[in-house]
Amino acid sequence: MASGALLPVFALMTSLLASLIIFTLPEDRGRVRTLVNIGAALIKLALVAVMIRGVAIGQEYLLAFDMLPGVEFVLRADALAMLFAGLSALLWLLTTIYAIGYLEASPNRSRFFGFFSLCVASTMGIALAGNLFTFFIFYEMLTLSTYPLVVHRGTPKALRAGRNYLIYTLTGGAVLLLGIVCLHGLVGDLRFQEGGHFAGAGPELRGALPWVFFLLVSGLGVKAALVPLHGWLPQAMVAPAPVSALLHAVAVVKAGAFGIVRVVFEVFGLESAQSMGLLSVLVVVASVTILYGSAMALYQVDLKRRLAFSTISQVSYIVLGLCLFGPVGAAGGLVHLVNQGIMKITLFFCAGNYAETLGAHRIDELDGAGKRMPGTSVAFTIAAFGMIGAPPLAGFITKWMLGIGALAEGMDWVVGVLILSSVLNAAYFLPILHRLWFRERTTPWPKEYRWGRLETSVWLFWPPLMTAVMTMAIGVFAAMPFSPLAWVILIVSREVAL
Amino acid sequence: MTPWLMAGLLFTPLAWAVLTLFPAFRLGRVLTRLGILAQFLVAAGLWMTVAQDGGFYYPLGGWKAPLGIELRVDGLAVTFVVLTAVVACACGWHAGDYLSPETGRHRYFWPLFWFLWAGLNGVWLGADLFNLYVGLELISLCSVGLVALAGNVGALRAAIRYLLAALLGSLAYLLGVALIYGQFGSLSLAGIQALVASAESFPGAGVGLFIMILGLALKTALFPLHGWLPPAHGIAKSPVSALLSALVVKASFYIAARLWLALGEELGSFVLAQAVGVAGALAVILGSWLAFCQSRLKQVVAYSSVAQIGYLFLLFPLTFGVPDSVVQLAQQGIALQVISHALAKAAMFLAAGNLILSVGSNRVEALAGVSRFLPFSLFSFALAGVSLMGLPPSGGFTAKWLLLQASLASGQWWWLAVLLLGGLLSAAYVFRIYRASFVESRGQDQFYHPPRVLEAIPMMLALMSLCLGFVSEPVLAVMSLPFEEGG
Repeated sequence: MASGALLPVFALMTSLLASLIIFTLPEDRGRVRTLVNIGAALIKLALVAVMIRGVAIGQEYLLAFDMLPGVEFVLRADALAMLFAGLSALLWLLTTIYAIGYLEASPNRSRFFGFFSLCVASTMGIALAGNLFTFFIFYEMLTLSTYPLVVHRGTPKALRAGRNYLIYTLTGGAVLLLGIVCLHGLVGDLRFQEGGHFAGAGPELRGALPWVFFLLVSGLGVKAALVPLHGWLPQAMVAPAPVSALLHAVAVVKAGAFGIVRVVFEVFGLESAQSMGLLSVLVVVASVTILYGSAMALYQVDLKRRLAFSTISQVSYIVLGLCLFGPVGAAGGLVHLVNQGIMKITLFFCAGNYAETLGAHRIDELDGAGKRMPGTSVAFTIAAFGMIGAPPLAGFITKWMLGIGALAEGMDWVVGVLILSSVLNAAYFLPILHRLWFRERTTPWPKEYRWGRLETSVWLFWPPLMTAVMTMAIGVFAAMPFSPLAWVILIVSREVAL
Repeated sequence: MTPWLMAGLLFTPLAWAVLTLFPAFRLGRVLTRLGILAQFLVAAGLWMTVAQDGGFYYPLGGWKAPLGIELRVDGLAVTFVVLTAVVACACGWHAGDYLSPETGRHRYFWPLFWFLWAGLNGVWLGADLFNLYVGLELISLCSVGLVALAGNVGALRAAIRYLLAALLGSLAYLLGVALIYGQFGSLSLAGIQALVASAESFPGAGVGLFIMILGLALKTALFPLHGWLPPAHGIAKSPVSALLSALVVKASFYIAARLWLALGEELGSFVLAQAVGVAGALAVILGSWLAFCQSRLKQVVAYSSVAQIGYLFLLFPLTFGVPDSVVQLAQQGIALQVISHALAKAAMFLAAGNLILSVGSNRVEALAGVSRFLPFSLFSFALAGVSLMGLPPSGGFTAKWLLLQASLASGQWWWLAVLLLGGLLSAAYVFRIYRASFVESRGQDQFYHPPRVLEAIPMMLALMSLCLGFVSEPVLAVMSLPFEEGG
């Protein structure tokens, strides 16, 4: 029990300590900083791996104490927590490597990496939180620690984006807090529990619960960028590429989506949420978001902005999966938490590489980039096909599960949404691929850097290739034990009695 | 053991005030630092005694009331004694390095500081209305002196204004005390409470309570009586501003709260409770808005105090005519708010002082680029800001949580909106400062670096306010310890 209680704390502490050490390091101690960064990321990955093994055989890691009379602080490693924690630990390592290369010569690196680690610590806390109160603590900590990353460059545009980011997320946080307090007022302190709490809720609760659900989901929906709460996300693109990668793949957007998963699965319970008619509203919001995001992505000329709208669309797959009210759909939604993260981080790494190596930010500046940067472009291509949903890549698994789930529950129109969205995905990704591979370069690159033997810096070169390989592996080895899909099926079997 | 602790608590500050009256600044600094350590140990010792054995009444010199002065040492009082010790330690230590020894008038900081501390302890422990008045006056006079210590014309003007407001408030309070005394023939708060509970109607006593609360509200700078506070707190030296915002305004609020909790249920009315609450709500909203509009850094922090004080007055509506469980939630929430605001605001003023020293200007725009050169002070400022915004895991957050719960449980849902909106508005003014520091400008590349200790002190205070959230439960447990009669 003793070691069991401490493992989640250690996992949280590694990045928290790393952040404290980095904050106190002088700006010019680059090597020590790199060592601390990567060391902490590796330790954390190891801790999470140990916990994943433990959870798989049914072990429980729990730490709880009273923070206020009647209000608990709970850290708990369950299967769902490990899905998110594993994703963030893995991608943190890669993003750290990438960010070290990306920011090599720029100022304020101590500040950047300090907040970067803090941001990952909050993500870890969000994953491990065992009740809504604890979840909220880390959810707000995430808001605060990402703000300095968004405004890192200090340009007027960045500051404006940061301001909007705060207005959206803090307001969302206030709404979420209101929801949590209302829920607490109704039923007291609730730990997350597989199957939810309200299976046998009486009529007096059923009147109030939909309102609470509305508050909770609209608070979380801001970070998950559900339309119409998505306005901050495209603007936050001004942040440096590793930040965008982290924001979109693991940290902010995912925190919102993960929160919705927790609320639907472990506070309300899939069945009672469905029986109260809550999910049928959410499924419409998710579908609208999916189509709107994809459609808007078509019109963007800036590569990162296009990716941002694509994120809006893709994250809603997770929400959509939950709302299909079936184990298969739920599994599809959950597995997309991982799949989208890995694919999207690849795309952002690549976008960052084009910007840093060639100075190309707009899509029409990418003509012929495939020949100049084959490694990066191959990675980009794989991830883009994954997003479109081409078999056997990661994205295909998601869409397949979602489609089957929808058909099984008789929601045929959802399949239409999926197909339409895939067509739109293809419509905004294929032109980029065409420019990369099939157009000839006629003019010089906007701003080219040479790095020696490789097409770009070593630090920037390997992370996207590794995530691209993962994109393939997740799809091909989906049936292996400890693959994301296998893990998700484990979760779903615990959540919904099959 | 206990008599020694009590004696130490009240007489060390007075003795040190006399001791430091004559020596020069540097000697005063050495003496004060010794005294600070002693005083801190005494406060901690008393806290442990109460945490172990519960609260008690302590007759000074063995003379019981009504002849002698009786002190009430309960969990709440002793918590505030410790809070005062922590904040005063930090500010006193900071002042020793912050104030320039070359300026002659600065040596008067020490005696004023010690008299202030004595007055504060007197108020926390006072059990009868007249002793509370004495403590209150001592505090006001010292505070005015401390504001005037800045020495320029603006400071003198602000100090005089402060003096007039404080005197008016004290007189109103004294008038109320006279009315109450005329009615009940007793000054002891517990005695009056017993009398009120036993009889039916008291013409005039309600007016007395109203006048007392009005006077105390003026001294606490409750909106719209806040006009004196921003100039005084904004222009004073930073350690002085920190003391004033963190502790001095809390003293008058503390008296008002104790009066209300003892007598409010019988002598107050729903309308009065709601009216005070509305004034508090307006303070939260307009104070935050005004803080957002200020162009000078310390004015931002000063108006933020006006806003944060507003939250405290939500105690009145949330404890009137509601079940006991709600009263307890509201009390705990307000007490946590007092503590976390004291720590955070002291940290913020001290950090603001460092930032101003460093960039050589009081203007918010002058902070451009300071995040690179003085990250430590800026970080303290930001951490303190987290508590003011009421974001987790700070003490401000747990306080807000309790207040939200209390408003929900009392059915007075309109305070929910105030609490949430207030949090967002405070985020607006805190982040405005933070944002200014992130601007990358090539203009100024020379920054003065204040000594390490000046940077460390606000950081410690800010961390305490931030971590208060995690230890809220044990703190509240001591705070709610009841009395045991006798001593």
